Amino acid sequence: MTGLLTRPAPRASQPPVQSVVEVTGSRPVNAYVELTLAAPQIAERAEPGQFVAFAIGGDTSALLLRRSIAIAGTGGGVVTVVVAPHGPGSTWLAGLRQGDVVDVVGPLGRPFPMPEPGTPALLVGGGYGAAALAGLAERLQATGSPVSAVAGAASADRLSSVEELGRFAEQVVVTTDDGSAGRSGWVTDATAELVGSVGMVYACGPMGMLRAVGEQATAAGVPSYVAVEESMACGIGVCMTCVLPVIGEDGRTRFARSCAEGPVFGGDRVRFADVGTLPHDVVGADAMGVLPA
Amino acid sequence: MTAVETRVDMSTSLGSVPIPSPVLTASGCSAFGRELEPFVDLAAIGAVVTKSVQLRPRSGRPTPRMAETPSGMLNSIGLQGPGIEGLLAEELPWLAERGVRAFVSIAGTRVEDFAELAERLRGVPGVLGLEVNISCPNVESRGEVFACDPVAASDVIAAVRAAADPAQPVYAKLSPDVTDIVGVARAVTAAGADGLSMINTLLGLVIDPDTMKPVLGGVTGGLSGPAIRPVALRCVWQVHQALPGVPILGMGGIRSGLDALQFVLAGASAVSVGTAVFNDPSAIGRIHEELAAALAARGFASLADAVGYAHR
Repeated sequence: MTGLLTRPAPRASQPPVQSVVEVTGSRPVNAYVELTLAAPQIAERAEPGQFVAFAIGGDTSALLLRRSIAIAGTGGGVVTVVVAPHGPGSTWLAGLRQGDVVDVVGPLGRPFPMPEPGTPALLVGGGYGAAALAGLAERLQATGSPVSAVAGAASADRLSSVEELGRFAEQVVVTTDDGSAGRSGWVTDATAELVGSVGMVYACGPMGMLRAVGEQATAAGVPSYVAVEESMACGIGVCMTCVLPVIGEDGRTRFARSCAEGPVFGGDRVRFADVGTLPHDVVGADAMGVLPA
Repeated sequence: MTAVETRVDMSTSLGSVPIPSPVLTASGCSAFGRELEPFVDLAAIGAVVTKSVQLRPRSGRPTPRMAETPSGMLNSIGLQGPGIEGLLAEELPWLAERGVRAFVSIAGTRVEDFAELAERLRGVPGVLGLEVNISCPNVESRGEVFACDPVAASDVIAAVRAAADPAQPVYAKLSPDVTDIVGVARAVTAAGADGLSMINTLLGLVIDPDTMKPVLGGVTGGLSGPAIRPVALRCVWQVHQALPGVPILGMGGIRSGLDALQFVLAGASAVSVGTAVFNDPSAIGRIHEELAAALAARGFASLADAVGYAHR
């Protein structure tokens, strides 16, 4: 009806839980910190593409908003995340050490829809966004899908999860903007070569990259799903701050919550060019006084 | 924590309607309640105060809509919502099926909008009462906010009270961005408000030092969270002192049972928990338990005994 290649990602099968969990490990990985958490309830419920939301700094912290981070792995009751320290919240998280405890809610958001078993898939990760694809690569391989992966970053120290992807992918192409690792250039240089030979594309990374990869896939007639990294206040769907203009099943665009309707959206459903604006054809824009030109 | 006998009678009321718990969600901070189901026994809480509903569906404002601030946040959502049709068709039935009390927040830009919303909500199952969000621009007064003008605020409340189901209490939600909140409280009470919700957010601004522009798409936003708690508490204190017979639903930065206790002691007979839910989705149930324990520890047999205690 809409002429799009994707359907909206379905909800996760299980509700989230909130728990105070122990950090079982912390190790620096390039510019990031990989945290492992003893969180069996979250681990057993999580599906690839979902995320967890951390409270920062304890009960009296002045930083009230949750920090949402993609789940990079689950196994043996342990949840793994890759933290990229940049602001005060993520820096606090990156400073957690073995034995510390942290309040975490998850798994949250909608997982990556799986293709028909055996469908060749291309996974594209930008920076620490690649971490969100590791669990997906494993599941795809298990269902008989040949996996190709591209992991890119500005420089070698900003790459993530290359080894993990390599365990399940037939090939992993690494690109860096400055040529400090792998091929010099952008991920889209590599995906352009690979997109024609797959039946599904998945991507996680910065918005510009998601837009470019989604457009490449759509132009090649291949469905794509992208996991967005939008800043969220709650992670559970109540604050309405993380919205993006997304085309729904009925073909109409709504401000959809990245946490509850996402973070996984059809790559051809996110109106990337309109992020940060209020187009007149978003449902309810007329009530805001925005009318067609 | 020491073992304390916590058999405090926590029942209270909104207007004349009894509720089993004095702890409610806050409008705009828990959507329509559904997302809290994994974390809170929604039927046990005082009520879900819904996100403000207007006549038509609204997209809300473009992003960015949020900026974190010290012990709080600034938001500029723009009342994104499904409109009254969506509320009646989807959200209220979901709550009613589960026995969840709904305190419906209504908003508009004209007096008639508010009255029409109140009319549409008459007799709707599960709707306990109405909270009137008068912190909206009045299109008939060059965009001045209703809540900042005692006359405009009273016009809205009188129209809502006249149109609303007589069994549904009508609470006016007051803005702290006024020079005399007691004056506004007197005016809306005289116009028929059965109670007062206080306070709404304070208008604020954050500028990004890198871009050197306002962070929010809507430029200014509403400040909420523990940063505003002393302001909220002062407002509750002043209004309860002036109008001790008027029920107050207190809110503004409540994060713990002891925070809620302060509002009760200042004169609130119930409280809403807003921004704290973003930090802790279990906050509503937790704060009920903490407040009960705090009242018991201070020798109160009932919540009602503690309301306004700080004035005595």
